[in-house]
Amino acid sequence: MRKSIANWGNYPALDCDEVSFASEDQLLQYVNSHDHIIARGNGRCYGDASLGEHSISTLRFDKAILFDEENGIFECQSGLTLDQILDIIVPRGWFLPVTPGTKFITIGGAVASDVHGKNHHSEGSFSNHIICMNVLTGKGMVTCSPETETDLFWATCGGMGLTGVITTVKFRLKKIETAYIAQKQIKAKNLDEVIQLFEEHKHYTYSMAWIDCLQKGDSFGRSILIVGEHATKQQLNAKAAQAPLTLPNKMKLTLPFNLPGFVLNNFTVKLFNALYYGKNTRRVIENVVPYEPFFYPLDAILHWNRGYGKDGFVQYQFVLPMDKKDGLVAILKKISDKGWGSFLAVLKTFGPQDDLISFPMEGYTLALDFPVRKGLFPFLDELDALVLEYGGRLYLTKDARMQERVFWDSYPNAQRFKEIVKEWNPDGKFRSAQSDRLNFQFASNNAG
Amino acid sequence: MPTVLILGAGSDMAVALARRYAAAGHTLQLAARNPDQLRPLEQDLRIRHRIAATVHAFDALNFESHGAFYQSLPTPPDIVICVFGYLGDQEKGQQDWNEASRIINTNYTGAVSVLNIAAESMAARGTGTIIGISSVAGDRGRMSNYLYGSAKAGFTAYLSGLRNRLWHAGVHVMTVEPGFVATQMTEHLTLPPLLTAQPAEVAEDIYKAAENKKNVLYTKWFWRYIMTIIRNIPEPIFKKKKL
Repeated sequence: MRKSIANWGNYPALDCDEVSFASEDQLLQYVNSHDHIIARGNGRCYGDASLGEHSISTLRFDKAILFDEENGIFECQSGLTLDQILDIIVPRGWFLPVTPGTKFITIGGAVASDVHGKNHHSEGSFSNHIICMNVLTGKGMVTCSPETETDLFWATCGGMGLTGVITTVKFRLKKIETAYIAQKQIKAKNLDEVIQLFEEHKHYTYSMAWIDCLQKGDSFGRSILIVGEHATKQQLNAKAAQAPLTLPNKMKLTLPFNLPGFVLNNFTVKLFNALYYGKNTRRVIENVVPYEPFFYPLDAILHWNRGYGKDGFVQYQFVLPMDKKDGLVAILKKISDKGWGSFLAVLKTFGPQDDLISFPMEGYTLALDFPVRKGLFPFLDELDALVLEYGGRLYLTKDARMQERVFWDSYPNAQRFKEIVKEWNPDGKFRSAQSDRLNFQFASNNAG
Repeated sequence: MPTVLILGAGSDMAVALARRYAAAGHTLQLAARNPDQLRPLEQDLRIRHRIAATVHAFDALNFESHGAFYQSLPTPPDIVICVFGYLGDQEKGQQDWNEASRIINTNYTGAVSVLNIAAESMAARGTGTIIGISSVAGDRGRMSNYLYGSAKAGFTAYLSGLRNRLWHAGVHVMTVEPGFVATQMTEHLTLPPLLTAQPAEVAEDIYKAAENKKNVLYTKWFWRYIMTIIRNIPEPIFKKKKL
């Protein structure tokens, strides 16, 4: 059935024909009888990466296949979401090897985006922990891994669904003693200080910083660095220690409708940042918290994206090489001067990553929200030019608007990726609004 | 923990029910025409909830097989949930008896055939619960789906009579009337989001209502009132509407 679908940014909303499948047979039948297909999970990518002529929902394909509790190995169908996986594995002493800032994504989406988390500098992206997976390609069902069909494997990790539909994924888990995180929050007066703090705390498994990008002068780039480790039983208080792998119950808030656009203006952004900053009256706070608020602070407000109004927003996330701190300053300055800033700004360091097409590279990544407004896209094009100038790139999972040239010029393996995609998806059966926009030139592609 | 038999375990509603009962620690017996298709769900339930589950071949339209099917279950179930149904194609069914009879036989005759057997077994043991998933479509016939609706109306009346009879034998019968549910069966329809439930919500309602020995459950709850209004529209007006 054709309907208007948008992903998490509520921009763009496109008319798509969306169907679901509950078994491999149903998937095969659909794929064999349709063209221009793109897999879609829980719709938490921000832009148009999972929108297309026919978007095929994996949400009913959500069965756990294997859980080896001895060795920490999990296998499931691609539509299972991380929150359901956590419900299964945490009470039995295991955790996801890598998790992004929301648990409401599917495992298929985690692979197609090759998601990273607060531990990228120490443990890499999700693809680092995959044992093997099955992909329904343009040439049929194929099992691939870092050892077999390696081209397909690396083009599928971070490949935005262009090699086909990921059906099952087998991956390694991480052993935990408790469902809690021992965290440390540290105030940083400005950008220089937070960068130094990242360096000083790089031995922590998890780290990220909230950065206030509207500050100028001496406070330019003031931040809160948050680092953490999985807590041991000894670190828990008596009550939590009774059931160390169980979380206390909590309330869920939800934003049931779109707030009008004016809610998000300079004033509210500044207020939010000031509150967040002001909350920490001491310079350093150390405490033990449940894993949910540590990893998923925004998941507690179920539809926070609606806070940006019906025109939606884009999340702008780029990475710059480690030696390009001046680039980070230049881009932050431009954002701060423009004042169209962001409810949420996250700064983090990435460790090395040398696979085919994944977003992370050793350096700094910054993620900001911009509500869609007149003049935004030309402004973001200017930011893109700076990102390119400093040798960085943009995260395809957040992207809704980058121009074709930016992608091909910034991802060093883009051409090689395209060749592998064409090998496994020779007729361009799997393509999205994003791949059309970036002009992958599939045989029947008229775009661009 | 009581054993739950789910008849028609392949549907979205059945998956949600199986997960709900498994979460409460019940043993699951999953039955559908093609048991191999239930293997992933069986495995999923074991992994998620560490419960025992078995799969069984069951064809609602093969009435003669129902007795042997019930006999072959590893243990007589304590709770039987009749989930299978067939929406079918109303317009096709108006001209094509095969389609019409498939709608009737799946939603009514097949259900009666297998629940008769379950009822005898439970009555003999003097304990048990039967849950029949009927539909609000059975509350009043409408031009767009009266073949399905009339079969469900028959099923609703059957459950009501069965409840009356089995109460005296210590067996509880619950009728479930779901309104719009977002399942694969309704994926091609445009359903009003505010009136449409997710399968997991319906499963939660059913689980709780059965625990409380409710007789008739509308889910979501407001369908009871919507259907009261619809049932009370005078026929001279109703017949002129295109519903």
